[in-house]
Amino acid sequence: MFQVRIHGRGGQGVVTGAEMLSVAAFIEGRHAQAFPSFGSERMGAPVVAFCRIADQEIRLREPILEPDCLIVQDPTLFKVIDVFAGLRADGYLLVNTNKTFAELHIGPVAERLPKGHAVIVPATEFAMKHVGRPVPNAALLGAFAGLTQFVRLESVEHAIEQAFPGKIGAVNIAAAREAHEFVLMQQCKSAA
Amino acid sequence: MLKQIEGSHAMAEAIALCRPEVICAYPITPQTHIVEGLGDLVKEGELVDCEFINVESEFAALSVAIGASAAGARAYTATASQGLLFMAEAVYNASGLGLPIVMTLGNRAIGAPINIWNDHSDAMSMRDAGWLQLFAETNQEAVDLHIQAFKLAEELSMPVMVCVDGFILTHAMERIDIPTQQQVDGYLPPYDPVQVLDPAEPASIGAMVGPEAFTEVRFLAHYKETLALKLIPEFSAEFAKTFGRETGGLLRSYRADDADMLVVAMGSVCGTIKDTIDEMREEGIRIGLVVIVAFRPFPVEALRNALAGTKDVVVVEKSIAVGIGGQLANDVGAALRNLPRPPRLHSSVAGLGGRAITRASLHRLFRQASVQPWEGTNFLDLNERVVGREIHRTRKNRRSGPTAENILRELAKSVPPAAE
Repeated sequence: MFQVRIHGRGGQGVVTGAEMLSVAAFIEGRHAQAFPSFGSERMGAPVVAFCRIADQEIRLREPILEPDCLIVQDPTLFKVIDVFAGLRADGYLLVNTNKTFAELHIGPVAERLPKGHAVIVPATEFAMKHVGRPVPNAALLGAFAGLTQFVRLESVEHAIEQAFPGKIGAVNIAAAREAHEFVLMQQCKSAA
Repeated sequence: MLKQIEGSHAMAEAIALCRPEVICAYPITPQTHIVEGLGDLVKEGELVDCEFINVESEFAALSVAIGASAAGARAYTATASQGLLFMAEAVYNASGLGLPIVMTLGNRAIGAPINIWNDHSDAMSMRDAGWLQLFAETNQEAVDLHIQAFKLAEELSMPVMVCVDGFILTHAMERIDIPTQQQVDGYLPPYDPVQVLDPAEPASIGAMVGPEAFTEVRFLAHYKETLALKLIPEFSAEFAKTFGRETGGLLRSYRADDADMLVVAMGSVCGTIKDTIDEMREEGIRIGLVVIVAFRPFPVEALRNALAGTKDVVVVEKSIAVGIGGQLANDVGAALRNLPRPPRLHSSVAGLGGRAITRASLHRLFRQASVQPWEGTNFLDLNERVVGREIHRTRKNRRSGPTAENILRELAKSVPPAAE
């Protein structure tokens, strides 16, 4: 079972992001369970959403306590809550920012993970460029596909299209593609 | 058809396939997505011949459903928490009048203090109201139970409450098989009321009944619930034939055959318990689970058979009858009473107001029940330090202030500020 925890703030599409990821896994014939952190939904408040992916039926209903991957949609959360709680030693970290891990003061956390498992991606920039609104969730899913290779970009694109048919889907897919490309480039550079 | 879909929307689709003729909608978290989904289906023309009525309160929601049902329409509504309390009088009326209304309860705690999260307090508040109460373990079962609920309700002419864990199921998006219209039509015949308000043949429903007949009316309501004990497994078996899935029934056992310890629980927590049991089985501990689907009528005989022969029974339930303990544990105790050598009964109250029930905590609980059993009711993961301080404070000061706020203040003190 692969467990993803997404941290963000109300209005950034955190819950929709987890749901789209579950749809991408479903398209690939896997079982997936996406669920929100069950708070009162308010714009700007910290929000957590979860997605489990497995090859058999998922029965577990506890929150994700030991994620295999953390997606952080809003880097200001590092100061507010313990985003990294339970992150597995061999886990992945994906942060939406145009800063470096050092500038965010999370260098040590990123360094403890296996090489190439921690990446930054300016997903909000890509969203502003393609979608025209600061909704980084679709872009981050493209980045997730690039980082973990756990779902195919194509499946993520189908999932985005299902959630947002038509033009809004198309521009979100464009953002996801650019973020995917960005992550692959970064990994090439770090491997070189 | 397999879909990756939110539980609430899957339920809305399943309810629409049952061809309800009147839907009374009033929003309350966490059931709102269900009636919203139904509203969309009516508006888009996918659900035809259906009156979707936005009412002004929960009391009106069920009252309108009562009127519709008495007039011969298949009626549906949904609520949660305080909404169920607000319609309480109508809840008793629906069953007292023998009207086959189906209602979804998106299980949620009851205030005060206000809490929007999941537990089973709301369902428990109406456990004696004369409805059938069925608890879904998964969203697939939630879908399937609604289809069975209409058939049960109309065959028995009594209302059915389908209890679905709020947020944990209603807001989870997962793989769910949505049946076809043809399958549902083949399983669920059109509503043929046993009593109906008809201007052509005037009759009254809901007459005043004095001491000369009230006991007999209540006896027959109780008798109908005993009939339900037979019908629920029958309709579940028939469902399995039509849809190819085993869901519903009175209860079901998991890895119970050789178990020294059996857990009894209802609803979505059973999934987490099953995973915990698998882990403990790996370690050689003989533990199993009995999932209660039908809480009303309570399957005394089936449960007694399922639990006879085990050494320990641990009841894990998301509700507390303040002053006596867990309601489910009490009912399980009643089922065990006449066994020649009854197992030891351990009662744990867990997951109140949305507190996560984790595998780690369940491991500890089941071990403790076996080696160091407790007296009375155990509160899983109770913060004893905070409780102790509050008890101490209230002893010291008469004007000790509101408990909930005091606890929150105490908790805020113990959380260190996030590191810079």
